[in-house]
Amino acid sequence: MSGAKFVVLLLIAAAAVFAAAWSIGNAYVFFAGYVVLQYIALATAWNILGGYTGYVNFGTAAFFALGAYTTVVLHKLTSLPLPIMMPIGGIVAGIVGLGTGYLTLRLRGAFFSIATLALAVVLQTLITNWDFVGGSRGAYIVRPAKAWLFDMDYINYLFLLMLALVVIVLATARAIERSRLGYGFATIRDDEVAAEASGVPTLRLKLLATTLSGAFMGMAGAPLPYYVTYLDPASGFSLAYAVNGVAMPLVGGTSSWLGPVIGAILLGTLQQVATVTISSALNLLIVGLMLVGFVIVAPNGILGLFQPRAKRAPA
Amino acid sequence: MEMSLDLLGNAVVSGLLLGGFYAAVTIGVSISFGMLDIVNIAHPAFIILGSYIAYIGNTVFGIDPILTSVIALPAFYLLGMAVYQIYYLAFERRGQEALRGLAFFFGLLFITEVTLVLVFGVDYRLVDAPYIGASLHLGAVDLPLRLLVPCLVALVLIGGLQAFMTRTFIGRAILAVSQDQLALRLMGANPIRIKRIAFAISIATASLAGAVLIVIQPVEPSIGRDYIGRVFAICVLGGMGSFPGTLVAAMTLGIVESLTATFYGPSWAPAVAFGFLLITLAVRPAGIFGR
Amino acid sequence: MTTDALLEVSDLGKRFGGFVALDAIELIVRNGERVGLIGPNGSGKSTLVNCMCGTMRHEMGSVRFAGQDLDGLSAHERTRLGIARSFQLPRPFNTLSLAENLRIPLLYAVNTRRGTHLTAHAIGERCSELLHMVGLADKATDLPRDLTQIEMRKLELARAMAAAPRLLIADEAMAGLSHTEVDDILALLIRLNEQGVTIILIEHIMRAVMHFSQRLVVLVAGRKIADGDPADVVRDQDVVKAYLGE
Repeated sequence: MSGAKFVVLLLIAAAAVFAAAWSIGNAYVFFAGYVVLQYIALATAWNILGGYTGYVNFGTAAFFALGAYTTVVLHKLTSLPLPIMMPIGGIVAGIVGLGTGYLTLRLRGAFFSIATLALAVVLQTLITNWDFVGGSRGAYIVRPAKAWLFDMDYINYLFLLMLALVVIVLATARAIERSRLGYGFATIRDDEVAAEASGVPTLRLKLLATTLSGAFMGMAGAPLPYYVTYLDPASGFSLAYAVNGVAMPLVGGTSSWLGPVIGAILLGTLQQVATVTISSALNLLIVGLMLVGFVIVAPNGILGLFQPRAKRAPA
Repeated sequence: MEMSLDLLGNAVVSGLLLGGFYAAVTIGVSISFGMLDIVNIAHPAFIILGSYIAYIGNTVFGIDPILTSVIALPAFYLLGMAVYQIYYLAFERRGQEALRGLAFFFGLLFITEVTLVLVFGVDYRLVDAPYIGASLHLGAVDLPLRLLVPCLVALVLIGGLQAFMTRTFIGRAILAVSQDQLALRLMGANPIRIKRIAFAISIATASLAGAVLIVIQPVEPSIGRDYIGRVFAICVLGGMGSFPGTLVAAMTLGIVESLTATFYGPSWAPAVAFGFLLITLAVRPAGIFGR
Repeated sequence: MTTDALLEVSDLGKRFGGFVALDAIELIVRNGERVGLIGPNGSGKSTLVNCMCGTMRHEMGSVRFAGQDLDGLSAHERTRLGIARSFQLPRPFNTLSLAENLRIPLLYAVNTRRGTHLTAHAIGERCSELLHMVGLADKATDLPRDLTQIEMRKLELARAMAAAPRLLIADEAMAGLSHTEVDDILALLIRLNEQGVTIILIEHIMRAVMHFSQRLVVLVAGRKIADGDPADVVRDQDVVKAYLGE
């Protein structure tokens, strides 16, 4: 199926999802659905770097929060609409991704991973000390009641924006998979030395993957302030993003765009249900246990359990 | 910002003492990452676990925290053996360390933190011991005992490990396995068993490091993440498996952090460690003493 | 007559800590030559290849290719310039099929050269052609983990050939091959050479080396101890003592 047809299919699916949510008529569906969509975007963004090239980013929360806090800053200084703030958040996060990559991607992958962990800690410290965005006390964002688009409820509008982002991210991920770039990423994952010897510009591709992945995570974080209306560093940099960013693709399967989607829908819905019935710390524990369990027992994730010993080996 | 010599002197001394503590925290990673090439990013989680066990020993049983950690050493040793065994069977043997092994340790880090939150909550916990709060005064310089005692414990730990590594058969086998596994096999030793022992030792050090941590500062579950950057920066700067190198690097970081905290405020400490890490990686991945 | 040197290695030195792996290596390979490189295991042959190809950095000396100093160029840039090598221990891309393994150099080395643009169809054809040349045509959709060691070496060679190099370095590509298979690969390499590819053959199989080489270079303990006509080199006392034995 060509890329264009895939995008059309995605758009149809997105429209169907929106229509289904609308017909249920309960605002909660949009609230919960937003979170799941956000995780689909985050998990797919993570996989572009982690699953395709094999470089593990533990700092998902950092890039995500960068997007959220860019919105806070822009909201205070300007009156830009959210669809403009999202790409700007993406650019900010993308630049930080590029910078981190530039400093660490010439070394082995473990150093990159450690640097992303440390980055999250440092950024959280910096933001906590930055009074302009509220510091540790947090920032309040007023969520309008209605959006400019068809005068719909704002939460529906946020849902729609996230849906649009998911379409973009999924289309990008799949396009990469089937392109020359996707092959290049795969060789980096399989054997970087052999890739270089075969003419693959590994550093350039790694930087590209890191920037793209970080940018998409930033875009996923940009609408957050409007969603939560109160944003403090603890929630922006929440552990939930760190672990879900890694767990969802690994549980779903890293070899294709579909894996993170499965992981995000499964774990995301699980957590939405669990938060209501049991404590949120306990449901994070479950995610952590699933991550460790899957990584030991089913390294190719759910996708891997259903794929026969086919042409594509484990990612 | 007054640059008084007294202030400077005290900052440097605090930094040195803090550095000794950082060395104790890092020594486990010097073994697991520096020598065995296992990227155990969960090491700080084991340290925090050690802190809480010291806390329980102290508040429930009234035992000195450092003594508690010594009592807990065998349990940590066994835990380390179990963790390595899983890591080896699931990842090292299959060649999957780079992505999945790393994710495994991240999962452990995460599970430990969340479990501690569930059991103890997010409040800061501290311990009570006769040397916390008192200070030695040497002229213009203060030596807070809560920093001095951990530093001394750290030096004893590192000195002991160095002696173990160079003088016992197992210790030398560990050094050998870090350099040439094939040669070790030809000598009749089983490299997997040696690595398991080494990894278990590295986790055992976390017990002591944790006790020493909660003596120095109050502890809550998320503190572990602050230490990841520090620990790997010190390990790399110290030349990966070199214990003397780790000590020097740790003290360097301790002094820089202490000076920053004294003159710019304590909240910048993680940023200092991160900056250290980046500079180390960018400039000198072989470290000061390294290979 | 101008020197037709394609590859000029001058005073190349490489250390690993205190261990001297390569010591002041001088080597000139002329356009169109067939050079054999022999020496005991651990003598530095693969290290030399790594330094020439940019996989490793050397501390001393220089490498020039087609008149251009390669200092500072990464491995992939050198491959795009026209140097390709097979690895002594095969390093296939394990999640890609054999045909896909061969696509990589076609996509990233060949197609990036000025004036070259292979269509997807042409790439597919070239992959089939290359697999056929090394006798792996029926395994095009298999994964490397399904191959025997010998087949993996053939894949290594095919992948190096896929980069359409001006200089091909084959590092022990024939290890473990049967008598006829050795002949097949030899014939393949000679054909390649006739089409204009300069080849450095690193091998232990003396029959193949003698048949193939126009010039023979011997490396022992990081030093070049002989360089010249194969018949003369194999009679050289130092070479006999260090490598050939009786």
